[in-house]
Amino acid sequence: MSTPQSTPQGLPDIIRPYGDTTGDAMVQVSFTLPIPHDKRAEGAALQLAAKMGLAPALLVHAKAMGSDFTFFIVYGSVSHLVDLREVVVIEREFPMLSAKDVNAAIKKRLGRKLVVVGACIGTDAHTVGIDAILNIKGFAGEKGLEYYTEIKVVNCGAQVLVPELVARARAEKADAVLVSQVVTQKDAHIHNTMTMSAAFREAYPAGKVPLLVIGGPRFEQGSAAALGVDRIFGKGTTPGEVASYLVHAIGAGQVVAPSGA
Amino acid sequence: MSAVRPPSPAKPKLELDPAVIRKARALARKAGAPVVKLARTHTTVSVERAVLRLAGLTGADHEGVPWVNHLVDAVRGEVGLELGVSIPVFDALRRGQAPDLLTLAQKSAAGSVSFHLPQGRDGSAAKSLALRSVKPGMARIDKNRSTRDRLIKRHGNPKQRPWIYLIVATGDIYEDIPQAQTAAREGADIIAVIRSTGQSLLDFVPEGATREGYAGTYATQENFALMRAALDEVSKELGRYIRLVNYASGLCMPEIATLAGLERLDMMLNDSMYGILFRDINPIRTFVDQRFSRQIHARAGIIINTGEDNYLTTADAVEAAHTVTVSQLMNEYFAKEAGLQDWQLGLGHAFEINPEIPDSLRMELAQALLARQLFPKAPLKWMPPTKHMTGDVFRGYLLDGFFNLVGAMTGQDILLVGMMTEAVVTPFLSDRDLALQNVRYVLNAAGGLAEDFHPPVDGFIQTRARQVLFEAVDLLEKIVNDVGEPGSVPLLQAISDGTFGLMKRPADAGKGLDGVVKCAPGYDNPASTLLEAGTKK
Repeated sequence: MSTPQSTPQGLPDIIRPYGDTTGDAMVQVSFTLPIPHDKRAEGAALQLAAKMGLAPALLVHAKAMGSDFTFFIVYGSVSHLVDLREVVVIEREFPMLSAKDVNAAIKKRLGRKLVVVGACIGTDAHTVGIDAILNIKGFAGEKGLEYYTEIKVVNCGAQVLVPELVARARAEKADAVLVSQVVTQKDAHIHNTMTMSAAFREAYPAGKVPLLVIGGPRFEQGSAAALGVDRIFGKGTTPGEVASYLVHAIGAGQVVAPSGA
Repeated sequence: MSAVRPPSPAKPKLELDPAVIRKARALARKAGAPVVKLARTHTTVSVERAVLRLAGLTGADHEGVPWVNHLVDAVRGEVGLELGVSIPVFDALRRGQAPDLLTLAQKSAAGSVSFHLPQGRDGSAAKSLALRSVKPGMARIDKNRSTRDRLIKRHGNPKQRPWIYLIVATGDIYEDIPQAQTAAREGADIIAVIRSTGQSLLDFVPEGATREGYAGTYATQENFALMRAALDEVSKELGRYIRLVNYASGLCMPEIATLAGLERLDMMLNDSMYGILFRDINPIRTFVDQRFSRQIHARAGIIINTGEDNYLTTADAVEAAHTVTVSQLMNEYFAKEAGLQDWQLGLGHAFEINPEIPDSLRMELAQALLARQLFPKAPLKWMPPTKHMTGDVFRGYLLDGFFNLVGAMTGQDILLVGMMTEAVVTPFLSDRDLALQNVRYVLNAAGGLAEDFHPPVDGFIQTRARQVLFEAVDLLEKIVNDVGEPGSVPLLQAISDGTFGLMKRPADAGKGLDGVVKCAPGYDNPASTLLEAGTKK
């Protein structure tokens, strides 16, 4: 699904950043160096800029922050070229459906409601992500999954323990489990997700695990397999995308009859 | 007493009907009173552990389980907590089961202590020993309060208003300390050490200095002491008393409030409903813990910060504006009932209206003025935008500037400094520096605007504020009339119906429910006895 593509018609293959003139390659960066502000510090900032490919670089602002740090803003022409032919885009592997089509597809393919259990796991207490997807209020003008007549939503809220989540998913006979990880430190989102996927694999017979879907701004696209989940959604995902994906995944045979059903 | 506000401005800026305001407060009292009754007739494991902490029991076993937890669990397992932990514990000491509390706790963890519920004279003797034993802890809290007053007199309060509130959160107390000192040198008046996000759901307070936390640093007695000492040092250097904030919330609210009093923290986040709504902590547990913790805060001279800003992160800031007002009124009622004074009520609100909608700034001004006028003597806490920070840091910097402007124009007291990298990364050193420049510029350029700014009678701002107040009164009426089964508590009913922040929290569910105990006749809590007897005035 992710292949290098030929550049769409009308765009050049090679581009440079645009400041105020085509080809000027101007960019702006800001950073802090852990040294006092003096001439040497400014030289150090320019050295860093040069190593980042900014030539010529213009140090437009340098300010001491306390006695040990200096903040810099640098403008400069960047020597790197961007080759659009080498840009890799992960295409959405499923078509976007309207709420009506989602409901119709679930009815046709499952003959019952699709059950979605959602939670924030680990120490993360920030439910904004999961709520945006699940709550009827939704996100970006799109209603959440609760709005879909053929989807049953169980929102477990924040700081749900993994065993609780597994138990709830089993009790509700979940077709899909949505887990959000917004605030994270020291890769907690990775550890939490792997713990979660391992727990589901342990609790369910092989092939019967519900769809595991995670969302959050820090997940790397393409790491789903490594994390043991079916799909990752990043920042800005709308409920409609998630619903469309779920329908697609049912069609693709990833949803099996829940155990006991 | 360290009054936080100067005399309030002569002329109110909004024409609010005093009768409507009186009605709002009367409804808040009506909604709150049954909850207070509930709080008075229950105790929790954390309240009982707080009593033991006041009696001087500290430390933990080799696995980090605090001795107060061991002792409360042992007592509960053997004789229950219906009469409180102190009667059986101090009776055991009187019977010579152990020479001191620590040894008793250690022996109880090994199961080698038997607890009784003494009757008659033995019972009274255990009670009076308990009372004598918590007095030194209470005396330390009182002494810290006078020390704070003395240091404020010596070093002085911030020269400007609002006071500038900054967060540090590295997870490592030894990293936090230099960051906090730097922040103070660069203009922060109040330093909040944000907690590790998991801590609210721990049913114990970790021990010792900690270096590992998630998105924050654990609240421990040792961390409190280390940070307070570091800020005392920098207060002296700067000639300005730097206040320290932490969080009395979550399952250990009473114990953390107690530790804050023992280590001279100056402000504590302490909301009446936050834990219920956003942490799914059992409502009764929360209200019982909250009342005790607020009594401690009242005694310790600590300013509480309430969490109304949080409602607006889940609900819409325009549609749900009145829920903020309702929560402020409830927080005020519960706080005053627990003995807190006006100058200790850091009621919260936030700049969270979607900047894309027309007149968003005017609505922010209306809401901020409404809070200012409803609570003229309270040190209001003004929270920066978070929900509509998009990752466009340049736009975010402008939003924060407008937030600062509204804070200056409406006379807010505690201004939490907004970061342009909100929702992007934990703030860089430079983000904090830029944020402080933003605050300084706005206060310097427009700090005096509060004097000039008088929204026209019946104009947009006045009308909007009145509308929010009316909606708040409506909602309070709905809550008071939300009667379920006989004997049910209307506010709890409203919480379980999802009235606040759109979250439904039934009274018989939630975390920490198993730590709630109904008091039996004869229940004794020596700390409450001292707290109810009255704060040192």
